Amino acid sequence: MGEYLGQAARLMVGQPDYDTYVQHLRTTHPDKPVMTYEEFFRERQEARFGGATGKCC
Amino acid sequence: MKTVLPKLGWVALALLGAVSLGVLALSRGESISALWIVTAALSVYLIAYRYYSLFIASKVVGLDSNRMTPAVRYNDGLDYVPTNKYVLFGHHFAAIAGAGPLVGPVLAAQMGYLPGVLWILAGVVFAGAVQDFMVLFISTRRDGRSLGDLIKSELGPIPGVIALFGAFMIMVIILAVLALIVVKALTNSPWGTFTVAATIPIAVLMGLYMRYVRPGRIGEISVVGFILLMGAILLGGQVAQSETWAPMFTFDGKQLTWMLIGYGFVASVLPVWLLLAPRDYLSTFLKIGTILGLALGIFFVAPDLQMPALTKFVDGSGPVWSGSLFPFLFITIACGAVSGFHALIASGTTPKLLENETHARLIGYGGMLMESFVAIMALVAASVIDPGVYFAMNSPAALIGTTAVEAAHTISQWGFVVTPDVLLQTAVDVGEKTIISRAGGAPTLAVGMAHILQQVIGGKTMMAFWYHFAILFEALFILTAVDAGTRAGRFMLQDLLGTFVPSFKRTESLVPNLAATGLCVTAWGYFLYQGVIDPLGGINTLWPLFGVANQMLAAVALVLATVVLVKMKRQRFAWVTAMPTVWLLACTLTAGWMKVFAESPKVGFLSHAAKFSAAAERGEVLAPAKSIDQMQAVIFNDYVDATLCAFFIFVVLSITFFGIRAIMQALKTDKLTVRESEYTELAVKA
Repeated sequence: MGEYLGQAARLMVGQPDYDTYVQHLRTTHPDKPVMTYEEFFRERQEARFGGATGKCC
Repeated sequence: MKTVLPKLGWVALALLGAVSLGVLALSRGESISALWIVTAALSVYLIAYRYYSLFIASKVVGLDSNRMTPAVRYNDGLDYVPTNKYVLFGHHFAAIAGAGPLVGPVLAAQMGYLPGVLWILAGVVFAGAVQDFMVLFISTRRDGRSLGDLIKSELGPIPGVIALFGAFMIMVIILAVLALIVVKALTNSPWGTFTVAATIPIAVLMGLYMRYVRPGRIGEISVVGFILLMGAILLGGQVAQSETWAPMFTFDGKQLTWMLIGYGFVASVLPVWLLLAPRDYLSTFLKIGTILGLALGIFFVAPDLQMPALTKFVDGSGPVWSGSLFPFLFITIACGAVSGFHALIASGTTPKLLENETHARLIGYGGMLMESFVAIMALVAASVIDPGVYFAMNSPAALIGTTAVEAAHTISQWGFVVTPDVLLQTAVDVGEKTIISRAGGAPTLAVGMAHILQQVIGGKTMMAFWYHFAILFEALFILTAVDAGTRAGRFMLQDLLGTFVPSFKRTESLVPNLAATGLCVTAWGYFLYQGVIDPLGGINTLWPLFGVANQMLAAVALVLATVVLVKMKRQRFAWVTAMPTVWLLACTLTAGWMKVFAESPKVGFLSHAAKFSAAAERGEVLAPAKSIDQMQAVIFNDYVDATLCAFFIFVVLSITFFGIRAIMQALKTDKLTVRESEYTELAVKA
């Protein structure tokens, strides 16, 4: 429950779960480099405001 | 027994809802508890979710739990991630909930609470939630593509471009009207201005911390940010008292307008991590927390409704906004009943995170029901305060004057008896010099929220704190929306202009970047400035324009949904989306037509322009203008507004035309013509 609340709070501000990302890369793309948490955080922060979808009224 | 008991439960719930609605509709004269509204709303939501959304999910579109979603197909752990449905619900709700559902119902309360409640409930069940759900479904079946892309592929390239232009202009109007709400709330309010200004250094501090000190630790620094914000509210009270500091934070509407325009430009070209992202964290968490707090407050305090069920202003003579119940109530309350802007969100990030297609029901339909409940709470907050105070806050100075004595006199004549003392005392209670003509909904909502929350924590002495807390809460996420919206508008504009001048597409390059940002800021800044100098308060002009635009976008999204249903050969269910489309077209086209051509200068832009032209020819100067030059400016603005309104009508009519054409073509053939991405069966979980 607490874990989900934390995930929900982070996703609300555009940060998907880091552990899920790491696990996904390890299992499906073992050849690709895995971003550190800091890199992942920055990449997602840029992506959230980098497109043409604004905030809602 | 197992099947009978739950059914009995639903029957009981239906009866409870019917009784609550009956009490609301039949109460005359005596004041009743706001819990009747809450009960009626919750019963309607639960029944609509249980039955109508299930009908749409299983019969109308046929959600398929075995079909692979884009999140699974393109899973990259970043943009496409299969996400727990409750976690995604939170994300989606946070993305759709904004200032809209808080402001519209407050403005609509001038007709009494009943029309607003009925429209919010009927609108969300049959239009708003259906739209969000359908667009989420359609986008999910097409790799999570955006609304513009979906229209392009299902209706054709021309309607696609028209829809993109329409969406950009809607964005401009939304930003202008949101910024106007902030200006109205902060004008001559050093307390409010100080706290809102303090959010900038607080956010920058958080941004630096998350960048350099402990990268990516959102939780801890958000808590620090929240504590600093509360400190800023308390300090704001001291600032407002101080003779040296108060004047430094006291600004009139025009000054605030220029500050906001400058701020919007600077904030949207700064790196996102410095200001935009951290403030987004603060505003999102504060928004969710405050919504929950307000719900608990209403539940525990159970305040009585002071506003009558219906006021005499249903005839269209109201001071807050002009126009009769049909069509104007249905565009005044946009978000909360149906909001076209959600179609952009439901075709944005959410479809890329959907773990299973069947979750679209909870997230699309359920998420919108939750937003609707926010609108209901806003309506409650506006209806529990003294109606005299409500009208004093929301009527323009041109009608009620600028002093408490004049305002109380005029409003009492309207039948809402109020004394000047009550108006003055309310201002003192909330820590402001005056509450008269603080239009725009936010301050009224803040008084209502303070009225409710002080009964839970703090009592009368905390009223001023809660009022400024509520103002801060709204201003914070409005500013985030203005900032993020300007940035998004810039990308939209670069994309659009790029079709004609390819060099504009380079979003990394400085010159097109600054040019597009400048154009975007100028566009909303123009409407904002025009609203601020309007003696009728600006909300009068801009809110209907926004409502028309937003509801028209909803009509466009629902046309798309209808086309898709017909192409799926499910036309016997097409009424599910066609019915709200027809209703929205009726409301928005009537309202749009009236805003352009109505004979009354209070409603129609052209007749307002004609009135000013006639006066100008006689050499007369009509308020707000102080010179013939200003008269010309007013006339010019009227023509701009009329043109914009006509443009929106053109957008919606042409999309409807292309939609009908696509439907005719789809009906001619027996084959499925829908353009979904390829069907892949979801691997069964081991």
